[in-house]
Parts: sequence; C-alpha cells; structure tokens
Amino acid sequence: MSNTDIEIVVEDPTAPEADSPAVTSVRAADVVVCLLLLALATTLGYDNWRTGAGWESTGPQSGYFPFYLSIILAGASLYGLVAAFLSRREASEVFVTRAQLRRVMAVFVPTVLFCLAMQFLGLYVASFLLIAGFMRMVGKIALWKSLLTAFVFTAVMFVTFDIAFDVIMPKGPLEAALGR
Amino acid sequence: MEALGLLMHGFAVLLTWKTLLLMMLGLVLGIFVGVLPGLGGPNGVAILLPLTFTMDPTSAIVMLSCIYWGALFGGAITSILFNIPGEAWSVATTFDGYPMAQQGRAAEALTAAFTSSFIGSLVAVMLITFLAPMISSFALKFGPPEFFAVYLLTFCSFVGLGREAKHKTVISMSLGLLLAGIGMDTVSGQLRMTFGSAELLRGVNFLVAVIGLFGISEILLTMEERLALRGHAAGISLRVVLSVWKDLPKYWVTLFRSSFIGCWLGITPGGAIAASFMGYNLAKRFSKDQDSFGKGRIEGVFAPETAAHASGTAALLPMLALGIPGSGTAAILLGGLMVWGLNPGPLLFVEHKDFVWGLIASMYLGNVVGLVLVLTTVPIFASILRVPFAAVAPMIVVSCAIGAYAIQNAMFDIWLMLGFGVVGYVFKKIGIPLAPFTLALVLGNRAEDAFRLSMIGSGGDMKVFWSNGLVGSITTLAIVLLFWPVIDWAFGSVTRMLRPAKA
Repeated sequence: MSNTDIEIVVEDPTAPEADSPAVTSVRAADVVVCLLLLALATTLGYDNWRTGAGWESTGPQSGYFPFYLSIILAGASLYGLVAAFLSRREASEVFVTRAQLRRVMAVFVPTVLFCLAMQFLGLYVASFLLIAGFMRMVGKIALWKSLLTAFVFTAVMFVTFDIAFDVIMPKGPLEAALGR
Repeated sequence: MEALGLLMHGFAVLLTWKTLLLMMLGLVLGIFVGVLPGLGGPNGVAILLPLTFTMDPTSAIVMLSCIYWGALFGGAITSILFNIPGEAWSVATTFDGYPMAQQGRAAEALTAAFTSSFIGSLVAVMLITFLAPMISSFALKFGPPEFFAVYLLTFCSFVGLGREAKHKTVISMSLGLLLAGIGMDTVSGQLRMTFGSAELLRGVNFLVAVIGLFGISEILLTMEERLALRGHAAGISLRVVLSVWKDLPKYWVTLFRSSFIGCWLGITPGGAIAASFMGYNLAKRFSKDQDSFGKGRIEGVFAPETAAHASGTAALLPMLALGIPGSGTAAILLGGLMVWGLNPGPLLFVEHKDFVWGLIASMYLGNVVGLVLVLTTVPIFASILRVPFAAVAPMIVVSCAIGAYAIQNAMFDIWLMLGFGVVGYVFKKIGIPLAPFTLALVLGNRAEDAFRLSMIGSGGDMKVFWSNGLVGSITTLAIVLLFWPVIDWAFGSVTRMLRPAKA
C-alpha cells in the first residue's frame, strides 16, 4: 500500500458495528426538528407580539424585528416539514444506528455528569474525574495512565488559566482547602 | 503608499518579544487544533479565546489570528497523510495529496500544501493591506441604510449562493437572528424573549453558542464514527523543500488563478469550501493532462490549498473594513474584538491604528513563521494522532467548558453550551448549515439597530433603502442574490426554449 518506511496505525477496538440497526431515519429527525422550530417560532412570535410588534412615534417597537423573524422561521419550518414528507431520499437515509447512538451517549452522559459535578466540586476536580473516568471506562486505558494524564492535564489547565492568565473558574471544596 | 508606511508602523508595534512569543504559542496551538480530530479553526479560536481576555487587544488578536493560521496549516497534515480532511475545504486537497503520500511523495505533497497555503494567504494579506483602508474610508460615508443594505446583502448571498437547501439556510439564519435579539433591547431598553429568566437578561453569547455548536457537536460526531487511522509518517527534508520551491514558477498560472478565486470568494461570502473546489476544478479543466488529476499530481494540491487559504484570509477584509465577517472563523474573531471593547468597521482604522496595522503585520509575519514551523515539525504533529481519542475527547470537553464559562463567569452558559452541542449535532446530521447561524448571531443586533435607525430616519418609509444610488444598488443586488436560484433557473429555461426555435 505504501512506499514510505513508517506507517502510523491507530486501532479503534470499540468501533461501531457496520450492520447495527437504525434507530431513526433522517426524515423522522427532520420532522421532529421542524416541529420543534415551529413551536419555538410560535412562542417567540407571540412573546414579541405581546412586547409590541407595531410602530410607534419613535420608530419600530421592540418586538417588530424579531416578530417578523419568527414568521420567517415558522414559514421555513413549515416548508421543511412538507419537504421532509415528500423526500424519498430522507426516508431511506439513516440518522443514527444503535451502535452509533451508544457511542454518542458514551460521551454525552459523562459530559452532562461533568457539568453537574462542576457546580459542586469545581472545574478542576470535575475535569480530573471526567478525563480519568473516560479514559479508563470508555477507552479501556490502563488505570495509571488515565490517572496520570488526567492529573497532568488538569494541573496544566490550572496553572495556565488560574495562575498565568488569571481567568476565574468555578472552585470547589478542594481549592477552598488549599486556600484558593 | 500611505498603507506601506502604516504597515511598517504595524511591524514596529508587533516586534516585541512578548508579541512574538504569543505568535509562536498561537501557531503551535493552531497546528495542534488543526491536526486533532474533533477540532478545527473556528473551534480552536473560540475555545482558546478566554486565554486572551487579560491581554491587550493587539497581543490578543495576534495570538488568535495565529491560532487560525496554524489550524489552516495543520489541516493539510491529516488530509495528506491520513486522507482525513479536518475541514470541508481540505477535501479537495485529499484528491491528489493522499495519492502522492501513497506513492512515497508525502514530503513533496506537504511542502506543496504549506507553500501554496502561504502564497494564497500572502496574496490575500496584500489585498487587505491596500484595499481595507480604501474600503473603510469609503464606508465612513455610510449611514444606517447603507449598513443595513450591506448586512442584507451578506444574509441574502448566503441564502442565494449557498449549496445547502434554501429553507434550511433560512431556518439557520432566522434562528440566529432571533437568538441575537434575546435580552435587553439596545434601543428602548425593553426586555425581549426572556420569559422572566434572569439568566436570559444577558442574552445568548455567541461564543458560548459557537463552542457548543462546533466544539461539543464535533466531539459527538467524531465519536460516532470509527476512529481507526492508518496513514503515513513523514519528515520533510531541505532537499525536498528546495526542489518543490524550484518548480514553483512552472505553476504560476495555477497559483495566480487560485489566489484570485480565493480572494474573490473570501470577500463575498462564498467561502473557502467553494474556493478550494473551484480552484481544483479549474486547474483540472485548464490542464493538458486532465486524467492525471486524482492520481497524485502536485497541481492538484497547489490549486485547492492556495484558493482555500486566500479565501480564509480575504474573509478578514470585510470584517476589518466593514465589520461584516466573510466566514465563520472571521465571525468569531469579530466577537473577540467586541469582547475587548473594539468596534469592528470603518472607524477601527481611524480610532485604533496600532491595533489594525499590528494585526495586518502579524498576518505577514505569522504566515512566514507558520510556514517555517510547520515544515520543521510535521513528524511531531503527525504523531499527535497516535494519542487515543478516548484521551483527547474529554480534554476537548474540558477546554470547551473553560471557554464557555470564562466569557461571562456564568454556570448557565455551560448548560447553554451543552444544549447548543446537541443542536449542532442534530443540525449537522440533517443538513442545516451552521455558518449562517453563527453569522446571524454575531450580526443580529447590528443589523436590527441599522434597520431601526433607518426606519426612524425615514419615518417608516421603506423607500429609504433605494434613496440614493449606493444604497439602492446594494439593496437591489441583495434581492437579486436572494432570488438567484430562481433567476438562474428562469434564464436557463428561456435559453433552452430559444435554442430549438433557432434550429
């Protein structure tokens, strides 16, 4: 395959199976998104109409510009809804397979937990837990490597943002105990 | 000539140890984000923006623009060595770049890519140097109707000329404009679309949205795919570099044509993706040996890289001169300017000469230093891909969270970022483009202010947008571009109908 001496090869042991069943089609996703956007446009349109979408002596009222944008958004969403129903291509295209969804959730769920933990433990402790936990549990990387990587990365972030660039980050009990 | 004097002043502002160090740091970080899967130019700039909050604006923008150049250079490494285009504009580079790597000519392909990136950027920076002051002095004569017409032109050209389904571009743009209006109305001080939430009083910060839309969603998308890589390691020797450079004059037509296409599509919001494909296709069409394209021809690397980089750089011209970004990354840089209290647009050239010319000088210097840096460090950066994604992904998530939180020190922004991450993931999968959304979110308030001021001035008469030749031409052009697909179709139909009649 190659005439170069060295190749870089990175394997992915947890790759999603190619024959995994579809969870939903692009059409279904398109329809749901258009309906949600339609609902959003209606809500925002009503709020702007209530704020004042007309004209007063000093010029257009506060809700004038966003009110008409809500109408444009609603119109485009309605068009999208009809287009999604008429499209044969979208009906046959897979939005996400079960294996892909499992992998997406493997990132998304820890990210949500990380955001929750940040409120109570502070950014740096939550970061350490996220990186170490993710490397160990999702990547199946050796425990010592996971802990060391998480510690080094978190320490670099702390030194860079908190000490060198003086950017204030959410702190938790550990930072309080260390007097920061 | 005045521009040259000011440029020299820019170099004087720039040439301090501190700024040069920041430039190097920006380039290294940029190449890093360009190479890493799940990151890229816009994400890198948005995530690393908080690093610059405590700096003076000149140092900050120099570092951010160098992250941008670095990311552009870094993207070519994965395209050529791994056949993985880090950004959509790198797709055309893989057509001939990867076959060259397979033939054992990886070093030659990389040198060609870096050199052509440099040439494309250099041409665009020269254009900025001479055109930006002229455009900005012309724009000083603009009133609110002219500015609104220019904003309208930007929005309409995205809808009319974009490759995506038109209604999806309209959805993306109107959603961005609506979200930009959340919070306190800048003219009347009235609250809009806050629904009683204290958190929404501040509005939706576009950087938080960008970090979610590009950073978090990209992690989700990258994770979804198989992450196995098989590629080539490459080191670049001086001999290869000199041999590629020696042959450069042979390709001057390709380089010139691609630079022109790139600059044109960068200034109008055509974008780097269209530029790279157009550059590649024209190089192929005008070639005597068209069949050799796609099989490892060096011109196939020169053409798209020159065009993409000229376009990416030229997109900064309307941002600096008019306050209208020509690309997603330019929009993020524009957001950065606003964070530091600078108002992009024609007045920037009058009020902040040091800043503007320091930035333009850094474009020259950043490109030269970037070229040298990238040519000498390819093996190091290529080996970054050996790091498992399971280690890279959470680090990117943490960087995104830091970026989102640091903008306003608000925990709510972290949740907002997460929400935008999901939105970005879904939008990308169903083909709703994100660039118009970003642009609309950045320009929304300015466009609305310009519209309202025009309306107040005219007593509500829409004819104000045709009140003189300048504003009338821009508004008419905007409408023509909005309906361009219909006009194009009608013109095509008429031509087809006339053809058999003639026969």
